[in-house]
Amino acid sequence: MKHLLGIKDLSPQAIEQVFTTADEFKQVLNRPIKKVPALRDTTIVNLFYENSTRTRISFELAQKRLGADTVNFAVSSSSVAKGETLVDTVQNILAMKVDIVVMRHSASGAPHFLSRHIDASIVNAGDGTNEHPTQALLDAYSIRERLGSISGKRIAIIGDILHSRVALSNIYLLTKMGAEVAVCGPATLIPKNIEDLGVKVFYDVKKALEWCEVANVLRIQLERQSKPLFSTLREYALYYGIDRRMLDSLQKDIVIMHPGPINRGVELSSDVADSKQSLVLDQVENGVAVRMAVLYMVGKKGE
Amino acid sequence: MKILLDTHQLRIVLYRLAHQLIEAHGQFENAVLVGIQPRGVAVSDRLVGILKEISGNKALPYATLDTTFYRDDLHQGSALRLPSETHFPFAIEGKTVILIDDVLFTGRTIRAAMDALLDLGRPEKVELLALVDRRFSRQLPVQPDYSGFAIDTYESRRVRLLWGEKPGEDVVYLEETAGLPNDF
Repeated sequence: MKHLLGIKDLSPQAIEQVFTTADEFKQVLNRPIKKVPALRDTTIVNLFYENSTRTRISFELAQKRLGADTVNFAVSSSSVAKGETLVDTVQNILAMKVDIVVMRHSASGAPHFLSRHIDASIVNAGDGTNEHPTQALLDAYSIRERLGSISGKRIAIIGDILHSRVALSNIYLLTKMGAEVAVCGPATLIPKNIEDLGVKVFYDVKKALEWCEVANVLRIQLERQSKPLFSTLREYALYYGIDRRMLDSLQKDIVIMHPGPINRGVELSSDVADSKQSLVLDQVENGVAVRMAVLYMVGKKGE
Repeated sequence: MKILLDTHQLRIVLYRLAHQLIEAHGQFENAVLVGIQPRGVAVSDRLVGILKEISGNKALPYATLDTTFYRDDLHQGSALRLPSETHFPFAIEGKTVILIDDVLFTGRTIRAAMDALLDLGRPEKVELLALVDRRFSRQLPVQPDYSGFAIDTYESRRVRLLWGEKPGEDVVYLEETAGLPNDF
């Protein structure tokens, strides 16, 4: 694949190739020498127009462990503040011989726009409320690792579905791989007509948990809400927060996931986030291996 | 397609190589066998089967090594190279490692395999077993310690192994390439 712009355009075969390649990289990461020279002739720029800690560190580590040269670009210290356009910024960087651009942007579709104007490969690290493909790949990879497969599994995505690019990428990916997907949250945070993507909708978190085998709990993104969509965080935590008592009442062990950063005591209580059922730290660990696989595969022809 | 080794001859060669390995390494207390993915593993699987049979040692240390990420031609050609499994269940510190491949041609795969191996640890010694040695076509100074069968042919021709479902159906053959006179 030339770019990774979103899960939407990815075939199930390409997704499976990412997983099997990530298996080998995960093994590399567990060795004393956690590095291979696969991209030693590649230069990558990390272009983050939006704040990020974990995704940027994860990408940077993945790049270093593939032997690539990397440059970081943070919008706050750049000439974007002086009014330079996106295409100009990137063309100037590419003039310095860069092969891959890893990009996060607050505007949905920004990486797609860029891909029509430049030659380098683009990896989308999150665009607005559209997609966050590498997060969905690592979520699905972690499910595959814990449960053996994705096909046929029931996965509930719980929380702010409306503003979440993680939710959209996850829905595309999991349905492509044959899983059953449901979303759950307050009605104000569920987009209209989401059923058209082939997902169930729950408004009661207890019912969603009873239905699913895996609950992917999303962060409440207060920074993306321009008008209030629920009254207070306390109220949200009361109706949609998942705690030990609720999990114990299910009479089965479900797997809990969260893309981070967790608002402890809001969407997840601490004892749930730190329990054996939680995949949170596996997700972070797998993130590096999955991103290594993606970086290895982009920029190459063939599927 | 010209057959270089038929099933019977191939079997004799594999048994000879197995005996040479036993002659050099006894019960493999200090040596480990490593098949190079993907095609070398077809050779090493059969060789390890024969070694178990004739040495009586059922617990031979056997690993597989993938060289994809260490290749020097990763960014040449259009095809995406996907890795095969590296299964390495033991340490190689202080051991003699016997790398096993099917066809030794330019030597570049073996260079990549040595780099991959040295990232896993520091072996005492590394040896190379090649079922087919294409002499005079080397691009790097690599020679086999154990060679099954040596051939000299045009660089453009390809030597392939055809592994049957059972060991009794294996052959080594030369792929004819268009553009060469037939009587050569």
